Amino acid sequence: MAAVALSKVDLRRPGRGAVVALVLALWLVLWALLKGLHTLALGPAQLTPLHQAVNDLNDSIGASRNTNPLFLYFFNEIRLVIDEFVTFIQSLIAQPAFGRPLPLIGWLGVVALAAFVSYAAGGFRVALLAAAGFTFLGLQGLWEESMDTLALTLAAVVIALLFGIPIGIWAGLSDRFNRVITPVLDFMQTMPTFVYLAPLTLFFLIGPASATIATLVYAAPPAIRLTAYGIRNVPGDTVEASASLGATDGQTLRKVLLPTAKRTIIVGINQTMMAALSMVTIAALIDAPGLGKTVIKALQTLDVGTAFNAGLAIVVLAIVLDRVTTAAGDRVDRARLTRRPWAARARQGGLIGGGVLTLVAVWLSYTYVWAAEFPPDVEVGSSIAKGVTTATDWVQSNLSGITNGVKDVVTLVLVDPLQSLLTGSPWWLVAAVVVALSVVLGGIRAAIGSAVCLGLLVATGLWQDSMATLASTLVATAVVMVIGVAVGVWMGRSPGADRVIRPVLDAAQTMPAFVYLVPFLALFAASRFTAIVAAVVFAAPVAVKIVADGVRAVSPTTVEAATASGSSTWQTITKVQLPMARQALVLATNQGLVYVLSMVVVGGLVGAGALGYDVVAGFSQGQLYGKGLAAGLAIVVLGVLLDRLTRAAAARSGRS
Amino acid sequence: MALSGKTGIRGAGVALAVALTLAGCGGAKVGDTGSAQSGSTGDCGTFNIAINPWVGYEANAAVLAYVAEKQLGCKVTKKDLKEEVAWQGFGTGEVDAVVENWGHDDLRAKYVDDQKTAVSAGSTGVTGQIGWYVPPWMAEKYPDITDWNNLNKYADLFKTSESGDKGQLLDGDPSFVTNDEALVKNLNLDYKVVYGGSETALIQAFKQAEEKKTPVIGYFYSPQWLLSQVKLVKVKLPAYTKGCDADTQKIACDYPDYDLDKIVSKKFADAGGPAFQLVKNFKWTNEDQNLVAKYIAEDKMSADAAAKKWVDDNADKVKAWLPAGK
Repeated sequence: MAAVALSKVDLRRPGRGAVVALVLALWLVLWALLKGLHTLALGPAQLTPLHQAVNDLNDSIGASRNTNPLFLYFFNEIRLVIDEFVTFIQSLIAQPAFGRPLPLIGWLGVVALAAFVSYAAGGFRVALLAAAGFTFLGLQGLWEESMDTLALTLAAVVIALLFGIPIGIWAGLSDRFNRVITPVLDFMQTMPTFVYLAPLTLFFLIGPASATIATLVYAAPPAIRLTAYGIRNVPGDTVEASASLGATDGQTLRKVLLPTAKRTIIVGINQTMMAALSMVTIAALIDAPGLGKTVIKALQTLDVGTAFNAGLAIVVLAIVLDRVTTAAGDRVDRARLTRRPWAARARQGGLIGGGVLTLVAVWLSYTYVWAAEFPPDVEVGSSIAKGVTTATDWVQSNLSGITNGVKDVVTLVLVDPLQSLLTGSPWWLVAAVVVALSVVLGGIRAAIGSAVCLGLLVATGLWQDSMATLASTLVATAVVMVIGVAVGVWMGRSPGADRVIRPVLDAAQTMPAFVYLVPFLALFAASRFTAIVAAVVFAAPVAVKIVADGVRAVSPTTVEAATASGSSTWQTITKVQLPMARQALVLATNQGLVYVLSMVVVGGLVGAGALGYDVVAGFSQGQLYGKGLAAGLAIVVLGVLLDRLTRAAAARSGRS
Repeated sequence: MALSGKTGIRGAGVALAVALTLAGCGGAKVGDTGSAQSGSTGDCGTFNIAINPWVGYEANAAVLAYVAEKQLGCKVTKKDLKEEVAWQGFGTGEVDAVVENWGHDDLRAKYVDDQKTAVSAGSTGVTGQIGWYVPPWMAEKYPDITDWNNLNKYADLFKTSESGDKGQLLDGDPSFVTNDEALVKNLNLDYKVVYGGSETALIQAFKQAEEKKTPVIGYFYSPQWLLSQVKLVKVKLPAYTKGCDADTQKIACDYPDYDLDKIVSKKFADAGGPAFQLVKNFKWTNEDQNLVAKYIAEDKMSADAAAKKWVDDNADKVKAWLPAGK
């Protein structure tokens, strides 16, 4: 994509490419002269006054917890309500309750309910998928854990929507509120969870409430954003027509805005569910019940098989929830197009029949042990675990020679030079280069934004760590884009490839990173490269999907015209499809960056050092808490800087 | 695809009939059995025990929880928490006991001395050691590598993509304090500290180094379940003397031995119930803990099953922990 953008620049405004090259060349020369000067290095155990101040603040909050009225009358009340809510859902499907040794609804009832809800929301095919998926969870030997995870996820999603959709509507209606809330949402999504996990337990105690709120903070933003986006995109004349017919604001909202935006809102709900599921393992660190605990426990003894089995259950849950909500969105579309009476009657019959069946199943699972407790003798989980362990053992012992070679080369050729350029230059030089590039690529406004971000980075006291993290982030994003374009174009051109690859992408996005970190460590040792690979696994799928959608959206007649005029496949791709999917490429880069940054902390667990390690250590050691928080802020600032810069550059080159 | 209205209802009717027949045939009803065991709480009440995330800790906790539940009739709740969060739980009343504590002077100062929400409940009898370790094959092939004086001679062996032209000292279980950066500097070692970032990363590195006979040197500790699989060898650093670690920038000596102790919440200690007596009296040895840790980590037993096995085999040791009169 860089090549596309550059060639465009070269053709139309030869000046800009040359200026960029000049700035970079100047940077290299100055770096060679000034290497090692003013690098603002800070040792792993060293603290700045800011870090110390944060520590003190944290301590004083903890010490006043039992006397502070804010705790007594505000946080405690919130905690009570959320605790009750989660415990209630758990007692329905997951945990023994009401004096019974088992939950109210057993496995048969839950499977039937899942299928029925899927049928009602989506259709027959997703109902089958839901039933099969949920049964598989039982076969894995993880029924109770899966239900705990489902209960917590549902609770978090319900609360997220309860607040998220009204906030989203407000942001959709008011430009001013939208401007205020957008940075808050950015912050919620990029601030590493590790930073607020420990303080959360201080405010909301250890238990379901803290786990739910941790999940909520990360999962609510997509629902808010997409609701706002959906409302904003309702055509202006529709709203005007409604108003001119004498509808009140409330009526316009209920009868016009919400129905028209319904599909986008459902996409938001879908994204919120996926985000909530991705928090399962991290929330387990503060005693959140469910599959996350299984993953973490298994990894203490490097039991990859067991961890994978539990990770697979999370993937299954994610795929079921994703397909059902997606089908629900499609149904909304179709329902508006077709209204055939016989279809409606058939559906009504199906709903009644299915409803009766579901009630029977629920009653059975309430009453009889065989329908309540998943039969333990039909179990495939241990075979899955064993198979995976054998496979990873083989891979680890046979491939690690080659993979370590790859690691050494990539580190030597790409990561090391970039990192030494960024961390070895004086901070003011890097800052000047970034501001200069911002002016050239995005304009004065972008440059001011960059300058503010750079100032904040210096203020966190973690400049050098930030630069090291930035180097790895840039390399990872470049790899993500190479994969994104290659696979995305393939999927966009071939529906068959799309069908095969898409589930793999879904799995890569929802499989907890903790599961594949162990084999990665064996293949690449604890290193920055390992962290880069982990980030690529997580971030490439989203880039691939966006590019594929973009390529598919290029009008077929244009492609046919190109083919007819004698273009080769390669020419069609490079001269027609990719340039026309430019918006998608920009979005893919932007999202790729954001996803890579969200893996910085995970990278810190496998040898990336720098900001990721600072955050992890801050979570684990009290005296490093303030530094961890500062590192979290630095990650957010890096995210904002890169996000705004790519957007501004894209908007500008789009205009020129 | 969809059923027509009539067949849908008819299908449901048939299924209902089938289901009722099935139900009529029997099958145990929920709540028929197993409800008897819940009545034995006794005077112990609930006992909230934190589970910190390493296997040795879990061994301690498993045995304590098992004895509290089976012999004292307590209702035991295990909470999976990192150390920092667990200590915080003393003040909020959500955690009663942390049963293997590695030093943590900072937490002690904060919660025992300042906030007065926690107190020590004595030693677990287990001694913890932190230090630098090499895989056994290296100690065999290069016998003098276990003395820090010779480390520079071998620095080249430990070069990696992360350490550049120096030897790599793999560090960084983020939960533990490390002096390694200062040690490397003050002992003039030609090494660079590389932060692995997790216990998993350290274990994997040592395990693989032994399997593939590749060189690695790094920060590790005992007791740890890996040591029963791979007998890592400790590198001798200048001996620890009291106060040699006072100035963190000038440290040039080994880590002290840690007397791993138990920390309980003040409230729990003041109430002095049977569960507290048990925690206070609990004391065993490194060997005992390693055995239970092995049951969990290698034999893949559940924590409860591992505890049962050990308790059944060591009834006399357990007896000494029980409160008087039990």
